[in-house]
Amino acid sequence: MRHRSLAYRRGIDLGIRLISSLAALFGIAMLSWILGTVMLKGGPAINWEFFTELPAPPGMPGGGLANAILGTLLITLLAVVLGVPIGLAAGVWLAEFGQQSKTAETVRFAANLLMGTPSIIIGVFVYVVMVMTTGQFSGSAGAVALAIIMLPVVARTSEDILALVPSALREAALALGVPRWKATVGVVFRAAKTGLLTGTLLAIARVSGETAPLLFTALNSPYWPESFNEPTANLTVTIFNYAMSPYDDWQTLAWGASLLIAASVLGTTIITRGFLWYRSRQS
Amino acid sequence: MQPKTHTNLDPTFRWLTLASGLGVVLLVAGILYTLVIGAMPALKHFGFGFLVSQSWDPAFMEFGALSSVYGTLISTAIGMLIAVPLSLVIALFLVELAPPAVSRLAGGAIELLAAIPSIIYGMWGLFVFAPFLADHVQPRLAELIPGFPLFEGPPMGIGMLSAGIILALMVLPFITSVTRDVFQMVPAVVKESAYGMGSTTWEVTRKVTIPYGIQGVVGACFLGLGRAIGETMAVTFVIGNRHEISASLFAAGNSIASTLANEFTEASDELYLGALIELGLVLFGVTLLLQLVARWWLRRTARKMGAVR
Amino acid sequence: MMLTTSGNLPGSPQTAPLTLSAIKAGTSPVPKEIKIATRGLNFYYGTHQALFENHLQIATNRVTAIIGPSGCGKSTHLRTYNRIFELYRGQTVSGEVLLDGQNILDSSCNVLELRRKVGMIFQKPTPFPMSVFDNIAYGLKQHYRINRSDLRDRVEKALQQAALWDDVKDKLNHPGTALSGGQQQRLCIARAIAVEPEVLLMDEPTSAIDPVATSRIEELIDILKERYTIVIVTHNMQQAARISDFTAFFYQGKIIEFGATRKIFTNPDNRQTQDYITGRFG
Repeated sequence: MRHRSLAYRRGIDLGIRLISSLAALFGIAMLSWILGTVMLKGGPAINWEFFTELPAPPGMPGGGLANAILGTLLITLLAVVLGVPIGLAAGVWLAEFGQQSKTAETVRFAANLLMGTPSIIIGVFVYVVMVMTTGQFSGSAGAVALAIIMLPVVARTSEDILALVPSALREAALALGVPRWKATVGVVFRAAKTGLLTGTLLAIARVSGETAPLLFTALNSPYWPESFNEPTANLTVTIFNYAMSPYDDWQTLAWGASLLIAASVLGTTIITRGFLWYRSRQS
Repeated sequence: MQPKTHTNLDPTFRWLTLASGLGVVLLVAGILYTLVIGAMPALKHFGFGFLVSQSWDPAFMEFGALSSVYGTLISTAIGMLIAVPLSLVIALFLVELAPPAVSRLAGGAIELLAAIPSIIYGMWGLFVFAPFLADHVQPRLAELIPGFPLFEGPPMGIGMLSAGIILALMVLPFITSVTRDVFQMVPAVVKESAYGMGSTTWEVTRKVTIPYGIQGVVGACFLGLGRAIGETMAVTFVIGNRHEISASLFAAGNSIASTLANEFTEASDELYLGALIELGLVLFGVTLLLQLVARWWLRRTARKMGAVR
Repeated sequence: MMLTTSGNLPGSPQTAPLTLSAIKAGTSPVPKEIKIATRGLNFYYGTHQALFENHLQIATNRVTAIIGPSGCGKSTHLRTYNRIFELYRGQTVSGEVLLDGQNILDSSCNVLELRRKVGMIFQKPTPFPMSVFDNIAYGLKQHYRINRSDLRDRVEKALQQAALWDDVKDKLNHPGTALSGGQQQRLCIARAIAVEPEVLLMDEPTSAIDPVATSRIEELIDILKERYTIVIVTHNMQQAARISDFTAFFYQGKIIEFGATRKIFTNPDNRQTQDYITGRFG
């Protein structure tokens, strides 16, 4: 047996400690670098016009991204309206009815696969199903793509959260002679409302920063969104288009849009997680 | 006070929720079906040759997936090579070394990296990181090993290397958080008995924590791999978008996802579109396969761990 | 259905003797009516059989206690009376549970109406995540067309019946979960009796609360039995002896002995019953 000196062992230990601390520091440094850049470059683009005006033609100074901000809000809203109820219903079925059945395992498996599917594939799917058939890029196609991305996330998180509600509470409601749907909506949902709400918020935060599924569904537009049946301006595709453009003004606007997206996505994430953490400490 | 007569909506409720659940299954099947149908023109025209042909020329209607597949594999490989060891040591730091307050803060910061939308990584990669790489890193690498084929060519910043590094940053928080959870599951008693024998922190980690959690970590890596392979925007910004295969990591290339992002709206021809959709089908197939493997692996692990406990 | 003095119901096997003659032998008043009767009740968790040919008669406006060691099927038996077991996959039942002569296990039975008639109190208090008032109003609104002022009256009446009104009359809008454990359990009793049930099932209702609150609930049960038929599962033999009129002793899914409580606790017919009562096992 090879004998290792204490000094050698201590040395290795110290080395590893140093490396792992440095690695963690590296992660934090990268985060600060990225966020710092977005703030420094995006900050100057944020002004009153940014929120209120349409983009100016290339070469012209000024202009804003009001149409893209509104478009992103509308597309995300429609995606929530489409995706959350269906996702929640699927989560209810898994937690309340499906439980450990073969069908439930299949649904769970499919939801996991869908969660792992690259978002650009969802874009291709919606393009073939909605854009090719109607011959029209549209805001509604974009919203459907985002809804498909939200669906499995909402389904699985709401299943997990509903499963945490003690079965005694379900039994107590049913024992009063309340039908199952009322017991679920009136008592079980109410008991799980914090979890359901934060889970949904995190899912919304996640899709609101998505670009790939919108590239060939909602496309983009320099105009105000007027109908969901036409290409609809949105922030993320605008970032992509403007960043790749040769115009400085447009690149600045792209940074401004990046700041807005990053701030709202990270803000939602931090607030909901902070809230969850606060709640878990309280109880 | 009158008794109510009940119309029982429970069967409806049950069917509605079941339909939503089955909708998820149908959606996955629908995606597969749609991709196969959409790719049919290309599948018929090119056959198996599509996968091994390198030429991609819309003007002459010649399409091959090889450069996209190659770019996807190489950029993902670079990303995983960087992300996996880094994630392991960061998780080690968070679980074993850092005081609780530091661990919580650092852990939170790492998790925030996962919440940043990929387009932000793309912007930062294109305008900040790629120039930094071109100015400071790539020349040094080239000097370090002169003539090394992986580091040949002009230091442009944009290319396979920067795509790989950005991918590493994107999957890092994912693998880290799963690894951290796995490390935290190691029973304190087991660790304490190792410390009790006079082991150092690293020795406990290497001989107890890592062997205990290795399978969970491998599963996490599979899932991270699935994410990296399909990542679109960050890669599209920095990979260079060139349909050619170069040995050098400094050279521009493309990936399946970046090709789709760049060319999908331009494809007016049925065959062109079919070729792009077939690329999508390949990507979908690979991610499906990865997830099947990951799930099979994690399930096997869970069963084993269950047997041990 | 009238109680007869004949020994066994038709089809009742010898393994589950219905010692109704014992009821007469006890000093407890002889019940006039049977509210619930089970016949040949078998219960299965998947393939595992948990109840075997249970025959039992629950007397109207009396307290019937079900005792026995843990895992003997006490709760399982009780949970067939309102079909709450149907919530779970793989739990199946055979035989009959007659409520006023109607088999409630029959598929034609309206479960919602059954559960209005047969209320249930659980081991742990289960206040809904809503105000004290809404906790009581919840079931009421489900079963009755009722205006606002009637609703208030009914809620107050239910709380008074559950001896909780004085504790909560100033905090009707506080969350039900903010009450103490004993108060929560009385809230659950108030909630159950608000919908005017005929039977109250209690599944170890005092096992999660302190001794003082327990004695308050026992007093309450004594009052409630004037209006309701009560079936209580308890692992506490003193409690069974204190509050019940009849006692059924369960062991390994079978009803070993059933009779007047005083008889069961002083002079049981069965050796196993005696061993359990005297604490030799269980």
